[in-house]
Amino acid sequence: MGNILKEITNSATALAKGFSITFKTMLRPTVTENYPHQPPTFEDRYRGLHVLRRDENGLEKCVACFLCAAACPSNCIYIEAAENTAAHRISAAERYAKVYNIDYNRCIFCGYCVEACPCDAITHGHGFEISAYDTNALIYRKEQLLEPLPASAKK
Amino acid sequence: MAVTLEKIPGQEERVILSMGPQHPSTHGVLRLVLELEGETVVRALFDIGYLHTGFEKSFEALTYSQGITLTDRMDYLAPLSNNLGFCLAIEKLLGLEVPPRAQWTRVLLTELTRIQSHLVWLGTHALELGAMSVFLYCFREREDILRIFELVSGQRMMTSYFRVGGLALEPPLGWLRRVEKFVEMFPPRLEEYEGLLTRNPIWLKRTVGVGHISTEDAVALSLSGPSLRASGVKWDIRKAEPYSSYDKFQFNVPTRPEGDVYARYLVRMDEMRESLKIVRQAMEGMPGGPIKANAPHFVLPDRESMKTSIEALIYHFKLVTEGFHPPVGEVYQTIESPRGEIGFYIVSDGSPKPYRCHVRAPSFANLQTLLKIVEGHLLADVVACIASLDTVLGEVDR
Repeated sequence: MGNILKEITNSATALAKGFSITFKTMLRPTVTENYPHQPPTFEDRYRGLHVLRRDENGLEKCVACFLCAAACPSNCIYIEAAENTAAHRISAAERYAKVYNIDYNRCIFCGYCVEACPCDAITHGHGFEISAYDTNALIYRKEQLLEPLPASAKK
Repeated sequence: MAVTLEKIPGQEERVILSMGPQHPSTHGVLRLVLELEGETVVRALFDIGYLHTGFEKSFEALTYSQGITLTDRMDYLAPLSNNLGFCLAIEKLLGLEVPPRAQWTRVLLTELTRIQSHLVWLGTHALELGAMSVFLYCFREREDILRIFELVSGQRMMTSYFRVGGLALEPPLGWLRRVEKFVEMFPPRLEEYEGLLTRNPIWLKRTVGVGHISTEDAVALSLSGPSLRASGVKWDIRKAEPYSSYDKFQFNVPTRPEGDVYARYLVRMDEMRESLKIVRQAMEGMPGGPIKANAPHFVLPDRESMKTSIEALIYHFKLVTEGFHPPVGEVYQTIESPRGEIGFYIVSDGSPKPYRCHVRAPSFANLQTLLKIVEGHLLADVVACIASLDTVLGEVDR
């Protein structure tokens, strides 16, 4: 009889303690982010959708050295290089990337391309909503990856 | 071929039940074949391979530093522990000395990984035994740790932050303050989980005496990690074969003699406290200095010198396009991951890609004990047994 009583009191105290914790938590401020109703927050270093950078004159920083493609563990970067000419100048150096595709079907967002780039041309942005119904739509072209022209370079 | 159990002649009334691979409580795609006598499990077999990814083969197609990205994805609940094991193995092969600041940062981050991995285990374990709120609380705290990982490496889970010879990036300014905030906040939260579970009569009824494994069986089946320590064996790689300066940190190795689900629960709860101690020590004693070893043939130069020195730029190009050439040989390195003893066995033929990379995955070895553990238990307790071993199927079928 004593054992049963002891068990009942033990159980009751344990339950009371448990419920006091859940009740206390109920009164705490919520920590949930209301995505998609509110934009999510990221740390500065968050590795999202890539952004191809331009220099202060609006020229592309990429000089088509293929280091990012070589560093990529999943082989998702495809580049075709071309020569700059005086009449048709895309980047400040000799060559530029005529084609620069990133296949987001394969990309694992490891950041190796950014680490490899000697010109700081490729960086990670904070974009992440890239889901698509068609895998072809996930192969991003240079035009989709490039950052917009700075205001100072627009004529 | 699918795994099946044949009925024993004379015992035709026993039911053969297939549990999984889509069962929500098998922690991934694990399939169990159970022979039931009423509600009691008489025999069990498991069927693995549903998550086979071929990581070990993929290592052979990637350079050493690219291989780090694969280790993240094997045990996706402890990416930094896996990064560390792989990097340490390569560093052993190269004979590289890692600067103290990188070692301390590695220790700090792997201990945070241990806490967050144990939080996932605790949350899912409790959820499967019916305690929903514990799951939500655990994931709340886990998110704080993942934000620290995001702050430091740029990704919450697939960090790839440790590199051969050090760290990928200089940790951002003020990151230790974020860690400190977590370290201060966490102990009372740990008390809350304990308050919800440790004396809870339902929790006790579902865990005490369930899923018992003796010390002899645990050792014979090469169980490792917290599950082994819950069977009374004081074996921790951090103490037995210290790596990454673990010998400079003071911490205890919690053990329990019982060997049941409840003991495994208590050991992991104590381990979180010990990890917190190590995090605190690493934070307070964080040395200064570089984050990468000075070995231009193997380690990428820092960006500053890459842009100012032509020699560094040449090394940068060479390392990125070709990788480095380690000496011919083989190496084995184990570390204590949250799940147990994870080992990397790497054979090098002198080329920039490993000739063979084998992973001694703790989840795989620990899972072998499951058949022993569930025998004679009720069907409902199988769920508790699986959860208490804390296996990650991504690592089992690597």
